[in-house]
Amino acid sequence: MALNVLMFYLLSAVIVICSVLTITTTRILRAAFYLLCVLVATAGFYFMVDYQFMAGVQLVLYAGGIVVLIIFSILLTSHISHKFAKPEASRLIMGVLVGVSGFALSTAAILKFTFTPTTNPAMKVDMQAIGLQLLGTGKNGYVLPFEVISILLLAAMIGAIIIAKKGK
Amino acid sequence: MLQGIPITSVLIVSAFMFFAGVCGFIIRRNMITILMSIELILNAVNINMVVFNKFLFPDQLQGQFFALFIVGIAAAEASVAIALVINIYRRLNSISVDKVNEMKY
Amino acid sequence: MNYSLTILILLIPFATFLFNGLFGMKLKPIISGLIGTIGLGVITLLSYLTAWQYFFVDGMVNGTFPKIIAMSMDWLHFTDFLTVRIGIMLDPISVMMLVVITTVSFMVHIYSLGYMEGEKGFQRFYAFLSLFSFSMLGLVVATNIFQMYIFWELVGVSSFLLIGFYYTKDSAVAASKKAFIVTRFADLGFLIGILLLSFFTKTFDFKTLTGSDQSIFANAAGVNFMGISVMTWAAILIFMGGAGKSAMFPLHIWLPDAMEGPTPVSALIHAATMVVAGVYLVARMFPVFYFQAPEALNVVAYVGGFTSLFAAVIACTQYDIKRVLAFSTLSQLGYMMLALGVSGYGGEEGVGYMASMFHLFTHAMFKALLFLGAGSIIHAVHSNVMQDMGGLRKYLPITHATFLIACLTIAGVPFLSGFFSKDEILVAAFHHDKLLFAVEFLVAGLTAFYMFRLYFNIFWGKEKHYHHTPHESPKTMTIPLMILAFGSIFAGYIPFHKLVTSDGMPFESHMNFAIAIPSVLIGLIGITVAWVLYKKETTIPERISKGLGGFYTAVFHKFYFDEIYLFITKKIIFNYISRPVAWFDRHIVDGTMNGIGWLTVTSSKKIRNLQSGNLPQYGLVFVLGAIILVLVFAFII
Repeated sequence: MALNVLMFYLLSAVIVICSVLTITTTRILRAAFYLLCVLVATAGFYFMVDYQFMAGVQLVLYAGGIVVLIIFSILLTSHISHKFAKPEASRLIMGVLVGVSGFALSTAAILKFTFTPTTNPAMKVDMQAIGLQLLGTGKNGYVLPFEVISILLLAAMIGAIIIAKKGK
Repeated sequence: MLQGIPITSVLIVSAFMFFAGVCGFIIRRNMITILMSIELILNAVNINMVVFNKFLFPDQLQGQFFALFIVGIAAAEASVAIALVINIYRRLNSISVDKVNEMKY
Repeated sequence: MNYSLTILILLIPFATFLFNGLFGMKLKPIISGLIGTIGLGVITLLSYLTAWQYFFVDGMVNGTFPKIIAMSMDWLHFTDFLTVRIGIMLDPISVMMLVVITTVSFMVHIYSLGYMEGEKGFQRFYAFLSLFSFSMLGLVVATNIFQMYIFWELVGVSSFLLIGFYYTKDSAVAASKKAFIVTRFADLGFLIGILLLSFFTKTFDFKTLTGSDQSIFANAAGVNFMGISVMTWAAILIFMGGAGKSAMFPLHIWLPDAMEGPTPVSALIHAATMVVAGVYLVARMFPVFYFQAPEALNVVAYVGGFTSLFAAVIACTQYDIKRVLAFSTLSQLGYMMLALGVSGYGGEEGVGYMASMFHLFTHAMFKALLFLGAGSIIHAVHSNVMQDMGGLRKYLPITHATFLIACLTIAGVPFLSGFFSKDEILVAAFHHDKLLFAVEFLVAGLTAFYMFRLYFNIFWGKEKHYHHTPHESPKTMTIPLMILAFGSIFAGYIPFHKLVTSDGMPFESHMNFAIAIPSVLIGLIGITVAWVLYKKETTIPERISKGLGGFYTAVFHKFYFDEIYLFITKKIIFNYISRPVAWFDRHIVDGTMNGIGWLTVTSSKKIRNLQSGNLPQYGLVFVLGAIILVLVFAFII
């Protein structure tokens, strides 16, 4: 078995196991850790498909930024030793039912569909190409969404500050 | 098919992750866990974006860019959500979603 | 010639009604009364001018008095066919009615200044009087049957308000309700009649309906219902409305009770003007009755004849002076109806029509005089009942004189107005139907008898013990009496046969001595009998009433009609119709509505729980919904 296939299965196993653990563990900090594992494994996927930039962003922003943020908030709002009560049965059953049926449906759809890759020659993905296209204004230029996202982030930042700051 | 890995298996993994997130969203009561479930969902979508880009349309960058923007939005969402959680915690001394139903009717 | 000023005849009383109704309470009573009185004086003058101009200046066109539309405007425009117009039509009878109404109303206005003085609600009284005058005038000048119906109802409302003027008195409230309900019931028939008529003729317009063009009735030809042609039905139903207002036999019960109102109101509304609206209605529709529904005209004649006899018999037994007058009014209205019923159309044939209008005119004068005189007597002795009166001629000289004139007039003593008009009616009846003539002949005698029974009881006989010495009424009350007495004497000399005829053409009328002399004689017999029985207090009347036994009791109780109606309404209609209807209303109709309300509230409370505010639940529903939708789209469609 080729190494990369092995790697794929390894990462897949990590993702599957850790995502399940994330939502089932009774300790919240562990949940955050399992989430981190999932995100890192995802970054591994990106490396596997040779998208180093995406992988970097994933690691820095997700694994680094968001998870750290979440851990912060956990520390602010919960005791480390705090354990969750088990979710009540009805909710558990409904949640699992929805999850399993949705997964089954998606899998069925994925397996049924025939994916046909394009025949065009692959594009060389390097930082320069990404940068040019992301900030490009011409064809395939993404400067407008980029700016929108910038403003969204700014707004979210201000909003977060306003919301989180102590009232008078 | 890319280096022996079929696209369907990657998609199945991401679908699993997605529905694990959905499931978590439904069964957990802690708001931060719910937030994490949402991150799982977004991440699963990201994988799909990237994988479609790589496996089906390697001549373009759209999928990557979408994934990038989703990461950005996820960051924004997470920051606001966490601010909200902190505010709620401050007021109600709890972050259980069951408590946050003041505005139900 | 234009009659644009006639619009003021309607507008002035309406304005005074609004003014007195809205601001009257802020004014001194006398000012409010004067405003109403002066307003009426003005329109009285205007009416006289209009009449003068109509009859004597403009006169006839091509030998007939034309129907002049002085004003007409679209009031409610639904479709081209269904347009309700409002306007003023002048023709001989409406002009005559203008004169009658304004004269009597003016007299009553003046009279009330004295009679109602110091009453609580004096301003309200004048506001209502103005409203009544407005609606009654609007009724008579109506250009179309629908306008007439509207004013007809307005008249009913003002009558209701004025009968119930003393609204703290239970009997007045009951009487006003009774009057309103009975006339409303009759108006139901009127409305159906209007709809039937206009459905087939496609017009409301009097000018078209009563014109010479009979082709508008072509639609109705051959349409029958229960073996009677539809036009006859329409005419009978319209007559039912008229019979309600004019208190004809089966619907007469409200009029005696209506005497609960202030006496000037009885004089104005329940003697001289409103109650003749029914007669006026039949007269107005006369060509329709005559040409399209002669059977209905027979009904009119017999109902009128029966009512006049019936009421005259009852009047002989009553003790309340206003009730005697009320029954006398019924009887006289019966006369007018009968005269219309026996009338032909055109020329000499139309003598009944002319006589009816003539009698309406003279009756308005002398009956208003009688009522106002009765009011003056009541004012003096503070009682309505004959037994409390006697020997009043010394104390009330003017009232006595005018009352005597009125009694003589109604009794048909020669050369007073009642003689002429009654004579014409008898002539018309004689030519048409001997039975009706006999009835009317008898009634003439009865009328003389009961009027003089009343007269002798009040002014002669033994003096009763009065709380204080009766005194003559103030000038405001006696002057109208004198004016009306003047009218009663001389109204008979107006040449009605030249002015008010069925087809607008004058004809020659002659005194028919073969009828006039017996009718005078029977009147004199009636007077003599009354003289013998009542001039001095004797026991003869008592013995006679005892001798008549059961019949007298029945008559005294007005043949128990009130009791019968009460039995029918209370026992039968209330128990077997109203109660189930009320039950249905309360339980089924209200129940449905309450049930809907209850269902809404309850289901809302249940539905409310859906919006739990629980985020995971929302998520669950959302994802579940998405999955189901995918399933639906992927596998079912």
